[in-house]
Amino acid sequence: MKFMILVKATQDSEAGTLPSEELLTAMMKYNEELVKAGVMLAGEGLHPSSKGARVRFSGPNRTVLDGPFAETKELVSGFWIWQVRSKEEAIEWVKRMPNPMYTDSEVEIRQVFSPEDFAPIDPTGEMRAKEERLRAESEERLAGKK
Amino acid sequence: MTASATHRAIDAVFRIESAKLIAGLARIVRDVGLAEELAQDALVTALERWPESGIPDNPGAWLMATAKHRAIDHARRSKRIERKHEEIGHAIEAEQQHAAPDLEAAIDEDVGDDLLRLVFTACHPVLSTEARVALTLRLLGGLTTEEIARAFLVPEPTVAQRIVRAKRTLAEAKVPFEVPRGEELAARLSSVLQVIYLIFNEGYSATAGDDWMRPALCEDALRLGRILAELLPKEPEIHGLVALMEIQASRARARVGPSGEPILLLDQNRARWDHLLIRRGLTALARAEALGGAVGPYALQAAIAACHARARTAEETDWKRIAALYTALVEVTASPVVELNRAVAFSMAFGPAAGLLLVDALVSEPSLASYHLLPSVRGDLLVKLGRDAEARVEFERAASLTKNTRERAFLLERAAACARASARTD
Repeated sequence: MKFMILVKATQDSEAGTLPSEELLTAMMKYNEELVKAGVMLAGEGLHPSSKGARVRFSGPNRTVLDGPFAETKELVSGFWIWQVRSKEEAIEWVKRMPNPMYTDSEVEIRQVFSPEDFAPIDPTGEMRAKEERLRAESEERLAGKK
Repeated sequence: MTASATHRAIDAVFRIESAKLIAGLARIVRDVGLAEELAQDALVTALERWPESGIPDNPGAWLMATAKHRAIDHARRSKRIERKHEEIGHAIEAEQQHAAPDLEAAIDEDVGDDLLRLVFTACHPVLSTEARVALTLRLLGGLTTEEIARAFLVPEPTVAQRIVRAKRTLAEAKVPFEVPRGEELAARLSSVLQVIYLIFNEGYSATAGDDWMRPALCEDALRLGRILAELLPKEPEIHGLVALMEIQASRARARVGPSGEPILLLDQNRARWDHLLIRRGLTALARAEALGGAVGPYALQAAIAACHARARTAEETDWKRIAALYTALVEVTASPVVELNRAVAFSMAFGPAAGLLLVDALVSEPSLASYHLLPSVRGDLLVKLGRDAEARVEFERAASLTKNTRERAFLLERAAACARASARTD
């Protein structure tokens, strides 16, 4: 199963403060370990939210909001995608991570959906079939426009 | 944390650490079976102690230290193997002496070599293929006997027996705990790759409704492949195999329809392919090719898979390149099944007549005599050439050869369509 590991932002990361060489080295070593264990599928760091934007949805309306955003602790400053056998394994790997921040911070672990996850609420596959039909129809429409 | 949560956490720690633990112990005790038992003992101790004491900061080192103490105890108890006891005692003492402050680093550096030794031992040719698969999943994948049994749809005692016998065979054959060198390395490596690919295919052949343990085998195989690729980064065929598995796994979501029916590659919704895995697969293939391994059998299969992965639509598929890759693959594998695939690729690249020419050359091939895909492919090409009466015979023959009921129904339907078509033209 796949997990997304979200490193939450701090005032430092939002200010664009670059990590020290020591932290960079420790992170590099940690990433190497993840690769060697066959766990890491992807991972990236993110610029501060001042370089980002949000699009707010409300019915048919879309409003663009430019960063930075206030609620620092809810923002994401980097992520990994891992393949592990259980949430517990993901937790264990996260505990081994060098502290990514200079002040108190959080790292969030979220499971990525896979097709099997829909099975319990869709025992007959009916929902998935409907989704497929919709997709096929929209593709036909697209093809018709070409 | 509740007791069961702690247990699950300990399981997770053990899954991460067990291969390294067993590998490190096997170097000291020179016996993979004993090393595994010692690792299990350490796990049992952890299960007793950690719920009260909490999980230590460095659980891997804790488990290793505990297991080493067990190794010494074990050697002391079994007076019969006096010499081994001394050897083990010396080895442990030497390690502890020379490495007091740097012990961590020393273990870290050696761990790669130990893991490699473990890989080659678990996939040793004295073992049956089944035993290699079970032992690899047990020792390197960190799977329990129960998990392996569930994944392979066999009773748990069967797997347990298989593993016990495999360990005994390794001990009796006095298989050294080492990485093969020189010419032997290539042959032994191909056995390792075969085991990993077998595990992958077992998972890939899982169908809807199967225990989730089965499809999880794909992930286990991928993980083993990725680990091996880092242990032996200069071996192109490992990267070729990893590329092949990543690209095949990328299609997992798209290849089964809503009611569990298989969807053929060209009919799959490419938006449902996992593009992260495709990108990883293409990167691994590039690594294999950069190492001069473009013509290895796994790299060639990965290159064929990559042609499909790169095409945004089925129509954009570069069939000429696929046909050329199959020609190269036929040369290295000399497999009639691969030749049949080549014929299909040729028909897509150069028209059905070109494909039929190659298929006709395979009709007398004894190993394909009861292979349903031969008449099925031949029938398909004959339809495209408007030879419906001949095609009908081929589809009926294919239907009589397949064991899959869904496929048989499909083939009989095609035969009936041919009968209708040839009746119209008559």
